[in-house]
Amino acid sequence: MKILGYKPTATAWVGMFIVGAFIFIAIFAPWVAPYSESESVGSRWEGFSSSFLLGTDQNGRDMLSRLIYGARMTIGVALMTTILSFLVGTAAGLLAAIGGPVIDQALSRFVDVMLSIPLLVFALIILSMFGSSIPTLVITIAILDSTRVFRLARAVAMNIVVLEYVEAARLRGEGIWWLMRREILPNALPPMISEFGLRFCFNFLFVAGLSFLGLGIQPPHADWGGMVWENRGAIVSGLPAPLWPAMAIAMMTIGVNLVVDWILSINARPSGASAEM
Amino acid sequence: MAQPILKLTDLRVETVGGLVLVDNISLELQRGEVVGLIGESGAGKSTIGLSSMVYARAGCKITGGKIEIDGVSVRDLSPEGRRDMRGQRIAYIAQSAAASFNPAHTIMDQVCEMPIQHGLMKKDEAEKTAVDLFRSLGLPNPETFGNRYPHQVSGGQLQRAMTAMAISCRPDILVFDEPTTALDVTTQIEVLALVKKLIKELNTAALYITHDLAVVAQVADRIMVLRGGKMIELGTTEQILMKPENPYTQALVSERKAADHFDEDIEEETRGETVLDVKDVVGQYGDFTVLKNVSIKVSKGETVAVVGESGSGKSSLARLIVGLLPRSSGSVKFGGKELSTSTKERSKDDLRRIQLIYQLPDVALNPRQTIGEIIGRPYAFYFNKSGAEVKARVAELLRQVGLPEDYAGRLSTALSGGQKQRICIARALAANPDLIICDEPTSALDQLVAEDILKLLKRLQDELGLSYLFITHDLGIVRRIAHRTAVMLRGEVVTEGPTTQIFAPPFHPYTEKLISSVPEMRTDWLDEVLAKRKVI
Repeated sequence: MKILGYKPTATAWVGMFIVGAFIFIAIFAPWVAPYSESESVGSRWEGFSSSFLLGTDQNGRDMLSRLIYGARMTIGVALMTTILSFLVGTAAGLLAAIGGPVIDQALSRFVDVMLSIPLLVFALIILSMFGSSIPTLVITIAILDSTRVFRLARAVAMNIVVLEYVEAARLRGEGIWWLMRREILPNALPPMISEFGLRFCFNFLFVAGLSFLGLGIQPPHADWGGMVWENRGAIVSGLPAPLWPAMAIAMMTIGVNLVVDWILSINARPSGASAEM
Repeated sequence: MAQPILKLTDLRVETVGGLVLVDNISLELQRGEVVGLIGESGAGKSTIGLSSMVYARAGCKITGGKIEIDGVSVRDLSPEGRRDMRGQRIAYIAQSAAASFNPAHTIMDQVCEMPIQHGLMKKDEAEKTAVDLFRSLGLPNPETFGNRYPHQVSGGQLQRAMTAMAISCRPDILVFDEPTTALDVTTQIEVLALVKKLIKELNTAALYITHDLAVVAQVADRIMVLRGGKMIELGTTEQILMKPENPYTQALVSERKAADHFDEDIEEETRGETVLDVKDVVGQYGDFTVLKNVSIKVSKGETVAVVGESGSGKSSLARLIVGLLPRSSGSVKFGGKELSTSTKERSKDDLRRIQLIYQLPDVALNPRQTIGEIIGRPYAFYFNKSGAEVKARVAELLRQVGLPEDYAGRLSTALSGGQKQRICIARALAANPDLIICDEPTSALDQLVAEDILKLLKRLQDELGLSYLFITHDLGIVRRIAHRTAVMLRGEVVTEGPTTQIFAPPFHPYTEKLISSVPEMRTDWLDEVLAKRKVI
C-alpha cells in the first residue's frame, strides 16, 4: 500500500496506527468511554477491576474514561495551536523572504527578540496575567511557537525566491500575495509538513507541561498533563495512577515522531542507494 | 597487438530501479591512445568513464561485463585494491572544477593529497612536484599558486589545477569528462592545447568525453559515438568526421558543420521601426560597474545577438532592460517610450511587451504548477481572461510551439529539457510580446534539440513578427539566426553591425580572437591555430 505515492516503512505504520487510534478515541470519546468525564463513580485510587479497567483517580473517577476525554482535550488544543502557529509563522516567513530587506529585517529582529525569552517563562507570565482559558492558552502557545515556524519558512522560502520561475512571475508584474501563495508555498510545503509533525509534538508536550504546572487546561476538564499532576500523590503509595496519563503522553509523542521520521526520510532521500565503491 | 591498458568487455550499468544506462559496451584502449566518447546527455558517456574506474554513481550499479586495467580484472578487486588503483593507475578529471574542489582547503593541499594518501611521496616532495606541475601547466606564479583557495583563481586556471591533481600520481589512464564545456571558447583553447600536450608528454592513454565533435576531433585518435547507452559507431577520428556510416552520426556531423556557415536569410538591407533603443546605459552591482555606456538598438522583426565571454556583461544587459538591474545613467526606450528603471514602477502593458526566456528551463518553470497553469497565467493576467478562453489559448500556444495539447494537464518535471524550453517559449508568447529577450536559451540543450529550438524561434519570428535580443556565447548560433550582432567585452560593446559584416574581414581584433577560438571540424585545427598565435 502506498500513501502520497510512497511506501511507508514498518515503523511508519506503527506510528500511523498509534496516532490514528488516539485521534479515533478523541473524536468518538462520548461513545467509547464507559463513564462520563467528571462523574465520581468509585472510591479514591481503586485498583484494576472489570468495571474500572485502569482503576480510578484521586476523586474516584474512572481513569480510562478520563484518559479518553483527555485525549480529546490535549490533542485538540495541541492541534489547534499548531495549525494557528503555522498559519501565522508561514505567512510571516514567506513575506519576509519576498517582501524586501526592510520587511525581512523588521520581522526577523522581532522574532529574535521573542526567541531570546525562555518559552516557558513567557507563557507562564502571559497565562497568569490573562488567566488560563482554552482560547488564551491556544493563542499564547501559537504565537510563541510561530516564531520557530517563521525561521524555517523564511529559510526555505529564501532558497525558492531566487529561482527563475519566481523572477519570471515578478517580471510579469504579479503581486506579493500571488508570489507567496502560488509560486513559493507549493514548493516549500514538503519540509513544512514534516516540521508540522515535530511542532505538534512539541506543542502537545508544552500543553501537558503547562497543565502539570496548573496553568494549562483547567479542571474539571480532563487532560493528560493535568492528570499526572492530580494523581501524583499515588506514586508515594506505590499506586500506578499517574503512570497511565504519562504513558499516553509518551505513546502519542512516539507515534507522531515515527510518522514524521518517515516523512523526513522521503524528503531527504536521494534518488537511489549509495554509490558502488 | 600489445596488451591494452584498459579493456572493457560487454559493460552493462543499470539503475537500482532496473533501468539500463549502458548496455553491451566493449572498448580497448592502448597506451598513448586517446578515445573520444561522444553523444548527447543521457547517452551514457560519463557512466562509461566512471565505470572504467569501477565506480557507479549513487543509484547505479555495474551489473555485467569485465573491466581490465593492464590485464587485471578490477571488478574482482577488494575495495582496498580498487582504492589503490584509483588515482595511481587511472585518474578522473571532472567537468566542473569549481564543484570538484573543496572550497575550504588550498589548492596545494588538494593537489598533494593524492600522492601523500597513496604513500608515494612525502609532503615536501609532493609540494615540489606540484609546483613543477603548475609550471608545466602554465599557471601564473607557480611557486605561490598553490597557496590560493579555489575561489581565488579563474575557471580555466582551476580546470588546469584539477588536471595537475589528476596527473600528480602519474596515472596510466586519464578520464576527461567534458573538461572544457564550462569554459569560454578563448579559455577552452588553452585547456585543449594543454590536454594534448600532456597526453603526448606522459604517453598516457585517455578517454575524452564531450558532446562537441569539433573538440574531440582535436585530441582523439578514435571516436565512439553513443546514444541511449548503446554504441552507435566506433571509428578513427578522420572516418567519423569525413565518412560517418550511421545516420545518427551523420546528423551530428552535418549539424555541427552547419554551425560554421551563415544562413541565407539573415541578410536584411533595411531596418524596420525601432522597437528597443538602449542608449549609454551604465549598470552597477555595488561599486562594480558591469555595463559601461552600452548602446544597442533592436528593430521590429529583427534578431540582434549579443555575444561575449562569461563576465562580459551580456546577461546584465538583459537584466537592466527588463528592470531587474537598476541603471545609474542612460536611457531605455521601448516603442518610443522611456521605461522606468525598475520593474515595480513599470505598467502592466510595458511588462507584457518584453518577455524573457531563460538559460535553464529546469528552474524557469515552477515544478508544482501544471503546464496549463504556467502558460495560461500570463494570458489570464494581462488580458483579464478566464476559464474556457484561457484553455483554448493554452491549446493554441502548445500547438504553436509543437507540443501536443494534452500536455496542459502535466507537470513540467515530466518533460525533457527541449520540451521545457518550448514551454518557456509558449509562456513568453502568451503575453503577446513585441520583444523576447533570449538569455542563452539553447546552451543547456543537446545539439540536435537546440537546433529544433532555434528553428522554432525563427518560425515564430516569421509568423508573428517578433523581435529577439539573443544573448549567447555560441558564434555558430549567431551566424545562423542573428541579423545584427553586438560583441561585448568587459562591459562594453566593442563592435556592432550586421552579422555578415561582423563575421567578415576586416575583423575587430577581439572578434577575430573569438572566431578563431571556436573549434572547427578538422583534426589539424588546434595545431594550426596554436602555430599561428605563437607567431603573433
